[in-house]
Amino acid sequence: MRYVVWLLVVALIILHQDLWYWDDRTLVGGFMPITLLWQAGISVGAGLVWFLATIFAWPSDLIEEAQQESEGGE
Amino acid sequence: MVPLIVICVYLVLLLALGIFASMLFRGSSKDYMLASHSIGPFLLLMSLFGTTMTAFALVGSTGEAYAEGVGVYGLLASSSGIIHSLCFFVLGIKLWSLGKKYGYTTQIQFFRDRLQSDKIGILLFPILVGLVIPYLLIGVMASGTVVSAVSEGAFTNMFAEYDYGVPNWLGSLVISIVVLIYVFFGGMRGTAWANAFQTIVFMILGIITFWVISDNLGGVQAASEAVEKRNPSKLMRSVAESDEQKYEKAFATWQSLAEYNYANKKANGELLTPEQKEKAIADYKGPPIGNWKARAEANFAVASNLIDLSIAEKNDAYIEQDDRIMPKEKPQWWDKEVMTGHELNEYQRNEDAVLAAYTDPIYNKNMGHPNDLINPDKPELGTKWTRKRTAGVYRATKWSPEEPRAMSMLVFITYMFIPLSVGMFPHLFQHWLTAKNAQSFKLPVVAHPLFIAIVWIPCVLVGVWATSAVVPGTERALIPPHFNPNAVLPFMVANMSGPFLSGLLTAGVLAAIMSSLDSQFLCIGTMFTEDIVVHYGGKKRFTDKQVLIIARCFIIAIVAVTYILSLYEPRRVFTLGVWTFSGFSSLFPLVFAALYWKRLTKAGAYACVITAISLWCLFFYMSDMALNPHFTVFGMMPVATMVPAAAVAMIVVSLMTQPPSEEHLERFFPKKSSS
Repeated sequence: MRYVVWLLVVALIILHQDLWYWDDRTLVGGFMPITLLWQAGISVGAGLVWFLATIFAWPSDLIEEAQQESEGGE
Repeated sequence: MVPLIVICVYLVLLLALGIFASMLFRGSSKDYMLASHSIGPFLLLMSLFGTTMTAFALVGSTGEAYAEGVGVYGLLASSSGIIHSLCFFVLGIKLWSLGKKYGYTTQIQFFRDRLQSDKIGILLFPILVGLVIPYLLIGVMASGTVVSAVSEGAFTNMFAEYDYGVPNWLGSLVISIVVLIYVFFGGMRGTAWANAFQTIVFMILGIITFWVISDNLGGVQAASEAVEKRNPSKLMRSVAESDEQKYEKAFATWQSLAEYNYANKKANGELLTPEQKEKAIADYKGPPIGNWKARAEANFAVASNLIDLSIAEKNDAYIEQDDRIMPKEKPQWWDKEVMTGHELNEYQRNEDAVLAAYTDPIYNKNMGHPNDLINPDKPELGTKWTRKRTAGVYRATKWSPEEPRAMSMLVFITYMFIPLSVGMFPHLFQHWLTAKNAQSFKLPVVAHPLFIAIVWIPCVLVGVWATSAVVPGTERALIPPHFNPNAVLPFMVANMSGPFLSGLLTAGVLAAIMSSLDSQFLCIGTMFTEDIVVHYGGKKRFTDKQVLIIARCFIIAIVAVTYILSLYEPRRVFTLGVWTFSGFSSLFPLVFAALYWKRLTKAGAYACVITAISLWCLFFYMSDMALNPHFTVFGMMPVATMVPAAAVAMIVVSLMTQPPSEEHLERFFPKKSSS
């Protein structure tokens, strides 16, 4: 799952390059430029992917070790 | 005066918060600099977010969206949502754990230890402080602009040369002093609290600003439809055909004005007879503002074929009319081809030429206190013009029309390198170390991209809407051409809300600015004491109290330097911000390699830093010290060359030099337990 999370991050970076909306000035809902809406979606997507990262890719070993060493040292 | 009072009340509240936080101060330098590692998830999120969102996010994004369109969000906001959290995740947690293990307070302490090099601190210290200064400059400069714009007409007899409002220099000074005071007394704890408070303030007030402005523009739909009608290019990243045609037409009209003025000057002002001038003015149908009589005469002269200029003279005429600097050596095509608008824009403009408007009766006849009527007998003529408006009329009537610009795909893609700067911001490093535990990072990592969206989307929309807003009941643009992008947000706020709300919303903008300034002030003080004074003077030489005094004195010195710099030539907030971020981004390979690449050597690190900063200085110089906002290298953002070059230099030199000992690496790359 950890690898899936990192793949999702790469996917976000690729999707961020929305070259397909370069010339498109459609107003979604009558007010929201489509490219802005897409990029806003990227921001929401980033929040979701990072949420998954905190569940599946959290560096628990590193944290535990830091905790132990600092407790030992203090 | 009301907005000014509201702002003053806000600043007093902020000071009270700082003083309250200082009551919790434990008196030690560790508490002052790192809040004794006691910051939990919510305060960490607010302080990290408040610190990264500065004038750049509010004033800069609105101004840049006004100038370049909605693509600005993709350029920096959404990419930051991905990359900032990536940096918190990949670098922040690891640096926090090492900081906890080995007691680091600053980045330089980490690099000295990791690279076993004392001198790396000597190299990095001036570079990091040098890059923080333009970052501080953005905030200091923008705060002065915002306060000045919102306080126009607040005084009756004072500050006439600042439109009877608070001068920029005074606004910047007051904001710097307020931030200094609460950083002084509250230290990191005060900063974190003030950041949380200010982040909440600017997010809530930002949403209210958005709602009020959109309501005044007739609702979100009407505001966006106006852009679709008047400036469709602002809704995408290429140029709409209608905008291109509109520009070509406006440029041709402007060319005839320039040619007329040049020919008339050649004929000692007698190109038209007095009768012809009278007829020209009688026939004129445009708005009678600024230099409209010259436009009327130009129309007449063109229609009557009275202008006879060579191609070289026409080119001279355009340069002169547009207040651009005449080249010492003219190119070969000068007397063979008439220059295009694009070619004209390549020549640097003398921005000081606008000062002529203040003494020229053609432009300054209506100038005065903005609350007084131009003519009490004719109130429909409106109130007197501010100096900013006079200068605006000068630019709008004299200078060539603004060329619609498409965003370059390569520039868009390579902007992705800019948010990497977060990995090397010294003030963020310090904030990471304040975390109570690693769990505290979870909330900032997840919420940061969403918070960016909440702040940036309204700002970008307001900036884009500002391009097409009109004076109620007319078709006249609310904001004249060549308007200073830095002033778009305060202008919209001042024009679209009542005085009380205007003051409140300005306080929100100032909150965003101050929430970054405080961390930066604190961080440079910490770096100076820890990395220079204590490191070279010895821990036993100074008491904890002396260390605090030294930190505070250095902060004052840096703020003074920044303040003095802010009094000089202003730059576009966005452009200056991008240069600062590019400098930090170019050092990203160093911090990444220090954490993840065992083979990194001291020499490799030096190569990385020297390459990064040399290229930064070179490109910054080539961009006319940030005066050229569209400067690129190989058609890409300069940072796209700087980051790979620094990385390559680091890798090559590291591989050519002796690797660090296994024993030393063990401290930073401990073997994972088999369980």
